[in-house]
Amino acid sequence: MNRSPHTPSRKRIDWITPLFQLAALLLALLFTTLMLLAVGAPPLQAYLNILKGAFSNVNSVANMLVVWAPLLLTTVGVLITFSAGLWNIGVEGQVTLGAIFTTWVLRLLQESALPPWLIILLAMLAGMLGGAVWAALAGALKTFGGVNEIFGGLGLNFVATALTLWLIFGPWKRPGTGSMSGTLPFPETLWLPTLSGLRLSPWSLALALLALAAVYLLLRGTRFGLRLKAVGKNMRAAYLLGIPTWQHMMASFLLCGLLAGLAGALQVTAVYHRLIPSISSGYGFLGLLVAMLVNYQAIWAAPVALFFAALNIGSIQLPIVLRLDSSLAGVLQGLLVLFVLLVEGARQQIMKRLRPPDESVPVEERT
Amino acid sequence: MRKNIFRLVLLLTAFAMLLAACKPAATETATGGGTAATESTSGGGAATEAAPEEFVFGMLLVGPYNDRGWSQAHYEAGLYVEENLPGARMIYLDRVNPADRPGTTPAQLAEELVAQGARLIIFNSDDMKDSSIEFAQAHPDIFVIMASGDQVWAEGNAYIPIDNMVNIMGRMEYGKMMAGCAAALTTQTGQIGYLGPLINDETRRLAASAYLGARYCWSEYLGNDPAALQFKVTWIGFWFNIPGVTADPTQVADDFFNTGYDVVISGIDTTEALTEASRLRAAGEQVWAIPYDFIGACEGADDVCLGVPYFNWGPAYLATIQSAVNGTWTSNFQWNGPDWADINNPDTSAVGFIPGPALSDEAVAFLDQFIGELAGGLNLWTGPLNLQDGTVYLADGEVATDQQIWYLPQLLEGMQGQSVSGE
Repeated sequence: MNRSPHTPSRKRIDWITPLFQLAALLLALLFTTLMLLAVGAPPLQAYLNILKGAFSNVNSVANMLVVWAPLLLTTVGVLITFSAGLWNIGVEGQVTLGAIFTTWVLRLLQESALPPWLIILLAMLAGMLGGAVWAALAGALKTFGGVNEIFGGLGLNFVATALTLWLIFGPWKRPGTGSMSGTLPFPETLWLPTLSGLRLSPWSLALALLALAAVYLLLRGTRFGLRLKAVGKNMRAAYLLGIPTWQHMMASFLLCGLLAGLAGALQVTAVYHRLIPSISSGYGFLGLLVAMLVNYQAIWAAPVALFFAALNIGSIQLPIVLRLDSSLAGVLQGLLVLFVLLVEGARQQIMKRLRPPDESVPVEERT
Repeated sequence: MRKNIFRLVLLLTAFAMLLAACKPAATETATGGGTAATESTSGGGAATEAAPEEFVFGMLLVGPYNDRGWSQAHYEAGLYVEENLPGARMIYLDRVNPADRPGTTPAQLAEELVAQGARLIIFNSDDMKDSSIEFAQAHPDIFVIMASGDQVWAEGNAYIPIDNMVNIMGRMEYGKMMAGCAAALTTQTGQIGYLGPLINDETRRLAASAYLGARYCWSEYLGNDPAALQFKVTWIGFWFNIPGVTADPTQVADDFFNTGYDVVISGIDTTEALTEASRLRAAGEQVWAIPYDFIGACEGADDVCLGVPYFNWGPAYLATIQSAVNGTWTSNFQWNGPDWADINNPDTSAVGFIPGPALSDEAVAFLDQFIGELAGGLNLWTGPLNLQDGTVYLADGEVATDQQIWYLPQLLEGMQGQSVSGE
């Protein structure tokens, strides 16, 4: 008797996966709690303060969303490259180049007679272009140079940071003293408008959500998305089936670069209003973590990125109130990713044992 | 199986990181800090009524509070204020930089401190220059101290009148002169290396000061030809090592030591020069180093440390915070020098120099003589002095103004190394 994929047993398995992920979350929390206890800090108070710091008032929620928007952009960006089976570590540099291109256009046009909205628009488009150019470099190194995208991306990240520092202390130096504080801030007319009294720009939010929807649809509902996944799952098979593989890989780099570049553009136009030494805020690497955590499913990117943003903003309270180091948030994030990977491994082992031998196991592991 | 081991290793690493991260950051008990903060959040007005004498000040530190460098010097100054000003209580936030705190700005973080009751905020780094202006202008009722900045210097190049802001900086030029002197008195090869961070006006004038001190002691006390002294600056490109981006300070220090530069003066935030000197010393080489920023920086490197020029922010913070409490606050720019009666007096001297265990007795005697001459009015920023490209900086007998020193446009003639970044 043959069972279709939709038999009750398959359904039960579908339900088990989220349970495993919940277990991973609990394990990460448990571990963190044990650590806190080990150093004599009050865990409950620590968690409460993180929560309060992130959600206690409109202001903190807005600050959290300021983090969320660019993080979501990089996350959905790397979801595209992940789909094509690529580790786009260079996303960090792509954010930086987005910021550099945006700053460049703003500097060129800030004295011009163009209306501010047009200058901002052009600058942000330039930012997307900058991200895409940097991604194209990594892509070209991969497809034509045979350089693994992890190494190419890492190298390009270094170059991007060095370029930023060079610009800030060299050609784009502010009048007087070249400063760690970055280039001279742009006039307020060139800032993306924010909600009154808050640091949050509704444009950032809108763009991030738009990008999320676009990527979700792209990966789920289009021929291109399907082919991309085919390339990612088995490049040789995809090639034999007539999918132009390197073109698809290159396209995924470009799309990711556009989104990362947009994140960089937001950092300049909506958050810092100038180029600063660490303009990318590490959103590229954080985005990679979030993408791994959501098991490459776009639909979960929003809440998990929000959780990360909340940890970042909420943990600010730790040193102030408890005199605890706020890198606790980063550790909790790291533990979470580790446990999700661990638990996912365990789940696959268990599933293998539960299934009758004749049923083939859909392999989702991507390591 | 191998995969499992890899995972275990990752896990243990995370465990270790977490242990390090959660170490309580201060001597105060966590619960004590927590209760106090809850009190002050319950309403600013109520808190001030309940304890009228309490004055909460907030501090934003660019690095870790215990970095044995720039940030720790500020943090300890905050503890000094708590000790010496009845009712003063510090709350602080460290690692205030966009790499460690994604998507946040110092102005926003300052508001978090205000929400916890702070009525005065100290911004401790050049990184926070723009944010401190933004914050001070948006919160005219909160006092702001911006360390190392020049915004409210009326005679400065970038003056912005901001009534609630004070700029404080120490005249580290003197500390660096003493460091240069100690280096010149010790070097066997006549070659001194300066491990520089990034290039700007501040770092240029500090490197130049070290050179001036070295040249003076080299020629006046040892009777050597000034032209025979080699003083080379190598900039790594940032305040600390960023692998792949900056030059590796360990490598730079090593290059100095391997090419005959037997003393390295550090201008960066971290202690690679000292560490590298210790390593080579253990291998039998005659090398020395001079760290920077923090009074305790020599600890653990007794055999190579010639001394440390350090900042003592406590007295200036105390006086300025006191003025905010008393209502005598006025916006001003402070560039505070050493107390020449005793440069290491913790209550009066803004800049000091602690001679290191590796400095010979003879050198200590000369150094004391040098400090005595400085105290007596010796000014090394006196012409004739040329810039590195040969143009006249100070004519014969001309004494540099504060502005000329603060905004030094190039290194000085006689120094090797890059003067301007981006070339």
